[in-house]
Amino acid sequence: MNTVYMDNNATTRVAPEVVEVMLPYYSDLYGNPSSMHTFGGQVGRAVEEARGKIAALLGARPEELIFTSCGTESDSTAILSALQSFPEKRHIVTTRVEHPAVKNLCESLDKLTGHKHRITQLPVNSDGTLDLKLYEESLSDETAIVSAMWANNETGVIFPVKEMAEIAKSRGILFHTDAVQAVGKIPINLSQVPIDFLSLSGHKLHAPKGIGVLYVRKGTPFVPFIIGGHQEHGRRGGTENVAGIVGLGKACEMAAQQMQDENTRVKALRDKLEDGLLASIPNSLLNGHKTLRLPNTTNISFEFVEGEAILLHLDRFGICASSGSACTSGSLEPSHVMRAMGVPFTAAHGSIRLSLSVYNTEAEVDFVLEKLPPVIAQLREMSPFWQSQHKGKVGNSQCKCSCS
Amino acid sequence: MWEYTDKVRDHFMNPRNVGEIENADGIGEVGSLACGDALTLYFKLDDTGKIADAKFKTFGCASAIASSSALTEMIKGIPLEEAEKITNQDIAEYLGGLPKEKMHCSVMGREALEAAIAYYRGIPLPMAEGEVVCECFGVTDLEVKRAIEENKLQTVEEITNFTKAGGGCGKCIPRLEEILREVRHEAKPLILDQRPGRLTTLQKIKRIEEVLEREVRPALRKDGGDIELIDVDGDFVIVSLRGACGTCKKSQTTLKEYVEKKLREQVLDTLIVEEGK
Repeated sequence: MNTVYMDNNATTRVAPEVVEVMLPYYSDLYGNPSSMHTFGGQVGRAVEEARGKIAALLGARPEELIFTSCGTESDSTAILSALQSFPEKRHIVTTRVEHPAVKNLCESLDKLTGHKHRITQLPVNSDGTLDLKLYEESLSDETAIVSAMWANNETGVIFPVKEMAEIAKSRGILFHTDAVQAVGKIPINLSQVPIDFLSLSGHKLHAPKGIGVLYVRKGTPFVPFIIGGHQEHGRRGGTENVAGIVGLGKACEMAAQQMQDENTRVKALRDKLEDGLLASIPNSLLNGHKTLRLPNTTNISFEFVEGEAILLHLDRFGICASSGSACTSGSLEPSHVMRAMGVPFTAAHGSIRLSLSVYNTEAEVDFVLEKLPPVIAQLREMSPFWQSQHKGKVGNSQCKCSCS
Repeated sequence: MWEYTDKVRDHFMNPRNVGEIENADGIGEVGSLACGDALTLYFKLDDTGKIADAKFKTFGCASAIASSSALTEMIKGIPLEEAEKITNQDIAEYLGGLPKEKMHCSVMGREALEAAIAYYRGIPLPMAEGEVVCECFGVTDLEVKRAIEENKLQTVEEITNFTKAGGGCGKCIPRLEEILREVRHEAKPLILDQRPGRLTTLQKIKRIEEVLEREVRPALRKDGGDIELIDVDGDFVIVSLRGACGTCKKSQTTLKEYVEKKLREQVLDTLIVEEGK
């Protein structure tokens, strides 16, 4: 059975070209980049070459990049650094739809630091977009840092990061963005956007897992998170993940070349898939803004059916997707993103995310368009709410969920 | 990725007895759209009181659908009195087991059966008579107690796995702990009772002073030392060691191994004791 991989916001295939440039660093070129000898030195040069390629994709200076182990480490480093740089400021502005790497960190700060912090989680509109006026009003002299994602992992909705960063800068507040989903998919030019910290993760753009980057603007106060050796100029201890870094360099180089393809061909595939599903399946609705969105992501709710059941049926055909409903007893509520957008309960439990990459083909899109509608029809056939919907009754009201 | 048994997969992919029964003798509805799963069960009796036919409609995940399908297969052809004895464990066993986070699906099947039998007999559903403990999922104390007894549950997490209670906003978790203790006839542990999870700074200072006065100072004074509380900032407790302690080489050990340990035991387990200069 062929795998139809449409879960690229979860992780991506490591590009064969990336694997190829990495391999020597697992065999012959095993030197330590910090060593004084030529053998290690050549590895150090490869790290710096990769740093240059990544900086080029971001419009940053090479020395502004710190290599980390993942996007989550980058997020933690940035936020905790800001809090240590301004210990007297105990307020953070973030959003209700952040990735757990930021959301759960912000919610655990009191325990981590031993100090009470005020966290403002900005609401989003029903299409997942952010209200700039609310954002501006939330900032105060107490605010140590703003952390807002560039693009949402579940819906692909893009936040006005440039405007937000400019507002923060004008108020003298540090600005961090989790750009894990945005890097490589949409153009980013940090020479034009006054961001202080930016997090990215290798495995979301066809590099391997285990390599991330934190961009720290030159002049931004910085306190390291992992303390050890002098690597990364003392900003992040630990011997470099050389193969990962070299792989990420190649992946960034390729992303720059494929950006056009991503925003035309991949976008067209996504649109065909989305339009086709919305047209052929009644009671389906798009989650997220139609245009202010990553070119590869679509998130659609199918009313009166449950996400996990859809995923398992798709799995039978080798189709990989993901769902906004967890359906574990510990978290029976729909995802925090769906809740923040106020997606009605009839639809929130049945949301499916399909996220494409440059490796997807039109044949794969056609395959999903052929297989998914009957799955929804079959599940609705056995849903007690599908027919009741036609009788004009929506479920019973016994359950008063407080999570709206 | 859930590790489902082949039997769960089979009943999910090829559910038996999907549909409705017209003029059914028993109809049981449980769950709701908001809860993320719901089941409507129908049965029809023959002249001898046996279940001649059973059908279901389910909204929910794979194990909810599989549990519903299994239930209808289990009750078909047996007398109502026999069907009545089926527990959620029987449903889970029939399916070769369910992941623990999914046990509530089997509980939902059993409750639908109870609701359908109550409907047939024209009596109110016994379980619904209790006090609603979890408002998010409409779970009563009677349902929670029965789940604890029948499945020998030990923790609140397990209660959530079996009944969903506590899986929403989490407000009812203290009440669930209480019920758990009631059913298991356990007295409230004393120390836990003295250490609530959240304290205001003033409460913290008071409790810290109490412990220092009651236990720490008398011990230190025996060795000619003393301790003074200087400040409490978040979880950081700043103290100053006086007298013999001030010059004792082991004072750091005293601070961490003795003072901090005592305060963590009796006030808050996240406290960090440091010496002020």
